[in-house]
Amino acid sequence: MPSTIIRIGAALAAMSVAAPAMAQDLTFWSWRQEDRAQYEQFIDTFEAANPGITVTLETFEATNYNTILATALAGGSGPDLMMVRAYGGLESIAVPGYLEPLTTETVPALADYTPEALAAETVRADGKVYAVPFASQTQLVIYNKKIFDDAGLSEPQTWDEFMALSQKLKDSGIIPIANGTATAWQNETVTFDFVSSLMGKDFVADIMSGETDFTDERFTSALAALKDLSQYFPDGFIGLDYASAQQLFSSGMAAMFGGGSYELATFRAQNPDLELGVFAAPGRTAEDEKLVALYFDGGYAANAAGANKEAALKFINYLASTEFGQAFADNLNNISTAPGVTFQDPLLAEVAELNATSIPYLFLVNFRYGEPSGSVLIQSEVQKLFAGETTPEAAGQAITDGLKVWYEPFQD
Amino acid sequence: MPQLRLTGRGLWITALIVPPLAFVALFVVYPIISAFAYAFFDWNGLLRGEFVGLDNFHTVLFVEPYASWTRNAFSHNIIVFFALMVLQNGLGFFLAYALWRELPGARFHRIAVFLPVVLSTIIVGYLFKLFLHPLFGVVNISLRGMGLGELAQPWLGQSSTALWALIAANAWHMVGFPTLVFLAGMQRIPTEMLDAVRMETRSEWVKITKIVWPLVAPSATVVFVLLFVGAFNWFELPYVMAGLDGSPFGSTDVLGLYFYRTAFGNVSSGQQDFGLGSALAVLIFLFIAVIAGLITVRLRAREIQL
Repeated sequence: MPSTIIRIGAALAAMSVAAPAMAQDLTFWSWRQEDRAQYEQFIDTFEAANPGITVTLETFEATNYNTILATALAGGSGPDLMMVRAYGGLESIAVPGYLEPLTTETVPALADYTPEALAAETVRADGKVYAVPFASQTQLVIYNKKIFDDAGLSEPQTWDEFMALSQKLKDSGIIPIANGTATAWQNETVTFDFVSSLMGKDFVADIMSGETDFTDERFTSALAALKDLSQYFPDGFIGLDYASAQQLFSSGMAAMFGGGSYELATFRAQNPDLELGVFAAPGRTAEDEKLVALYFDGGYAANAAGANKEAALKFINYLASTEFGQAFADNLNNISTAPGVTFQDPLLAEVAELNATSIPYLFLVNFRYGEPSGSVLIQSEVQKLFAGETTPEAAGQAITDGLKVWYEPFQD
Repeated sequence: MPQLRLTGRGLWITALIVPPLAFVALFVVYPIISAFAYAFFDWNGLLRGEFVGLDNFHTVLFVEPYASWTRNAFSHNIIVFFALMVLQNGLGFFLAYALWRELPGARFHRIAVFLPVVLSTIIVGYLFKLFLHPLFGVVNISLRGMGLGELAQPWLGQSSTALWALIAANAWHMVGFPTLVFLAGMQRIPTEMLDAVRMETRSEWVKITKIVWPLVAPSATVVFVLLFVGAFNWFELPYVMAGLDGSPFGSTDVLGLYFYRTAFGNVSSGQQDFGLGSALAVLIFLFIAVIAGLITVRLRAREIQL
């Protein structure tokens, strides 16, 4: 009898020692508070397939997330897994060495991701990928199908058609384009919503390779066209803020809105009856490629100092899978970057199709690595242009001169 | 020989003084001192790097693009200070005088003038954003209604009007405060003195300039110094109405917004830089402390004790 008790005791002791090694607890930080329920579901799917690993989700307020994460990582109390930003935002935590570099050996699925998506989560200095990119955002033109149908209009194929169509809407008492530019960052989005095709892929390639700068005629003539187009923005649009502009569109007072794919969900929530369509603003001729501007939101990364790195990588592999990407696209109505995902929502499918011909959302993707950031410059220069306080040429010059401070290809 | 023994009374005093003192030390003195310290280090986001001496101060004052941002923001603070001195304190003085003279409806107006002061700045900011809305704002609609449609402006979108729109909103919000302080000062003026003036002159202007203004000097000291500190710490209203960037193109940028952007970053800027932010904060603090001190000393000297 006593021996039985001892045996049970020994077994219990052994179990209690072994238990922590068997059950692996991971923490996962996210800034998507609004997606909490869906993420809990994704985690359940993962846990069912990987017994012994538990993932605890913690969500934080988006605007303070970077600060909270950076502080926790610096203090050694960071999570095992985390959502991280892209581009400059990634570098601020990847460069100090907090994140586990990912390779196609540890995460085989990465081999099928597009180079643009991987570039968003790559540190420029060492060329290593530090996170699995999760969603792309597209800057394009959103329009009200009903207004277009009633006026007998269709998606414009050339810039002249675009202008003529806007004039027709204006003549019939409808605001052609809802955008307002009192909110600074809207100046950057409208530029890429409306004149990406006018800038063209070649210009962007030349900028990326350092062969040209923003005094290039392809850029300044696109700005001139944007200024010309702004006659179809609401009266006094330079004093109109972002929220008011969105309401002009969702209430049906305006026919088009230059915005991001993230806007579609907002418009549907504001007015469920709205019939939405999307198109890429045209180039000068019908033959010119119609381009949208594309960027990536962020990615999933693992802590380089995490205790359960093996389990963490398993979860990262799950997040990189097509299966997860499909669930992400279906449940969160976002354009997943995972390879092989199909979109049930027709609008999302259309956006994904438009993404095939795109330029990068240039100033975020390439010019947010120093002060003054390219985004600050283009926002204020385009704002000046709309207010009539600068010319396209002077704006291009000011952007180039501003970037010269830290962007080496422009220094000579 | 003073007694050092802790009596019951002494214990009470200690017990009452120590907690607030500790509170102030922990939450006021310590942060100020650490901000001072932060300013002397290089920062990589929130990671403290090496000691760099006065480099951060040099950068915000003399290195582009920071130097022109600093100058731009500082010049706007100066405009705000002088504009509010006239619009808020000047108008406040005359409102106080009118209320003190008990013109008809004084009781109603006393409440009406002070009422906006109790509103939160956030509410006032949103309210004025609505008033100034280019399409549906009451300002532009009224102008159009009066047949002055060409005066209707995108108020918050033009560099020529945006800062003034913010100043007007602030003056509307806060004018009740100097009014109340001046009114209290006027009510302390002895009636004999006023009776004596009445024998000499019937001119209101002489009464204001020779009697009332000198005698409310202590009130003026208070409202001037508070306005100075407020104008150079201006943040909430521009933040709500113009956003972190001081839209449009920096024409409403003030030191408060600029400091916040530098230290904590914003959606469209590059990296946050705690070192430069702290250096700015220290400079703003020193500037306000020194100038507010000088103003106080100078204004106190001209006060008349009744």
